[in-house]
Amino acid sequence: MYTQALNSQDSAAHTAKEDPQAEARFQARIDAEEKIEPNDWMPAAYRRTLTRQIAQHAHSEIVGMLPEGNWITRAPSLKRKAALLAKVQDEGGHGAYLYAAAETLGTSREEMEDQLLSGAAKYSSIFNYPTLSWADIGIIGWLVDGAAIMNQIPLCRCSYGPYARAMVRVCKEESFHQRQGYEIMLALCKGTPAQKAMAQEALDRWWWPVLMMFGPPDKDSQHTESAMRWKIKRFTNDELRQKFIDATIPQGHFLGLTFPDPALKFNDTTGHWDYGDIDWVEFKQVVAGNGPCNRQRMAQRRAAHEAGGWVREAANAYARKRQQRAAMSIAAE
Amino acid sequence: MTDKSWPLWEVFIRTRNGLAHRHVGSVHAVDATMALHAARDTYTRRGEGLSVWVVPSASITASDPADKDMMFEPTATKIYRHPTFYEIPDEVGHM
Repeated sequence: MYTQALNSQDSAAHTAKEDPQAEARFQARIDAEEKIEPNDWMPAAYRRTLTRQIAQHAHSEIVGMLPEGNWITRAPSLKRKAALLAKVQDEGGHGAYLYAAAETLGTSREEMEDQLLSGAAKYSSIFNYPTLSWADIGIIGWLVDGAAIMNQIPLCRCSYGPYARAMVRVCKEESFHQRQGYEIMLALCKGTPAQKAMAQEALDRWWWPVLMMFGPPDKDSQHTESAMRWKIKRFTNDELRQKFIDATIPQGHFLGLTFPDPALKFNDTTGHWDYGDIDWVEFKQVVAGNGPCNRQRMAQRRAAHEAGGWVREAANAYARKRQQRAAMSIAAE
Repeated sequence: MTDKSWPLWEVFIRTRNGLAHRHVGSVHAVDATMALHAARDTYTRRGEGLSVWVVPSASITASDPADKDMMFEPTATKIYRHPTFYEIPDEVGHM
């Protein structure tokens, strides 16, 4: 998801040997559940993995504003519009907390922004799917944010202090997002047959892409081992996916909706829901840039960045003017 | 892009419960006024605070984590600084 970055392999050029004593002390601190803070010694690979992970998480929040922003002007009531505006603002805020946390590792926000805009950095695959109906806004809150919460609650105990603290704030706010989404779904499902059909159609389109948010199955995820050892990640992709499915199926049934998976069945032996095969070819295509909206999202982000250029220039010019005036008035005294 | 990077400011918020200002994160801004506005928008969307401080990050002097033993070890041996060091008979009651 938001931890999809943890699934990509560190490049071979970066496997320089660390001081084994320092590394052992570092691991001992992690094992003792101590938090690692910005100025503490850390292995270069830990710093790199976290920078990539937190930056991708921040990028996901920022790009995630686009699919929902698409419906702000068309929200069906003032109440829904106010809630959606507040939610999209929150996503921007989450991006800001996360960029701030990533910067403590030594990469500037400008560099991270450039990496997003140049396409060098990734963001969550889910935001490359379109929001075609109002029900999609309900689905995003209920399922996309629901999946995000499942992933982010363990991140509140991440070994890196600034990331863990940012996640505490994010998780508090995500709870509003999920509830407002589920309420939209409830209203549609209790509404006219056409509204209910709209809700079902949205679930049919989003269910599988949401399950892909948790990343590839454990057997194909090479990067999990070090992320677990460093306590960046506390649960594997498949564990989190299963937790999410178990929590979500009863909520969907309460709405009277059907999940688009004929293999979905409660397993009395394991106490979990069994589910069908996920189309990992589609996932790889979306991550590689070939999802339904990848090009549109990037074009919108770049356009927004360029269109905001005059604001950044004006702010700099104003700050310079004020500094010069202050210097002149001191000189005049 | 020609814009130079904006300075970093650390944000501190005092909550309504009367505790001291507490560090919550950081923002980028060209000056203190803009930093205050950005801090308000970023860190107080739900009535989290009654007062905000912003401080240029470059103005903070921090202790070096490598020195933490030298800095803090001396207090570990001074257990007589803690109330539990002193024995008070039970009959005296809570003190």
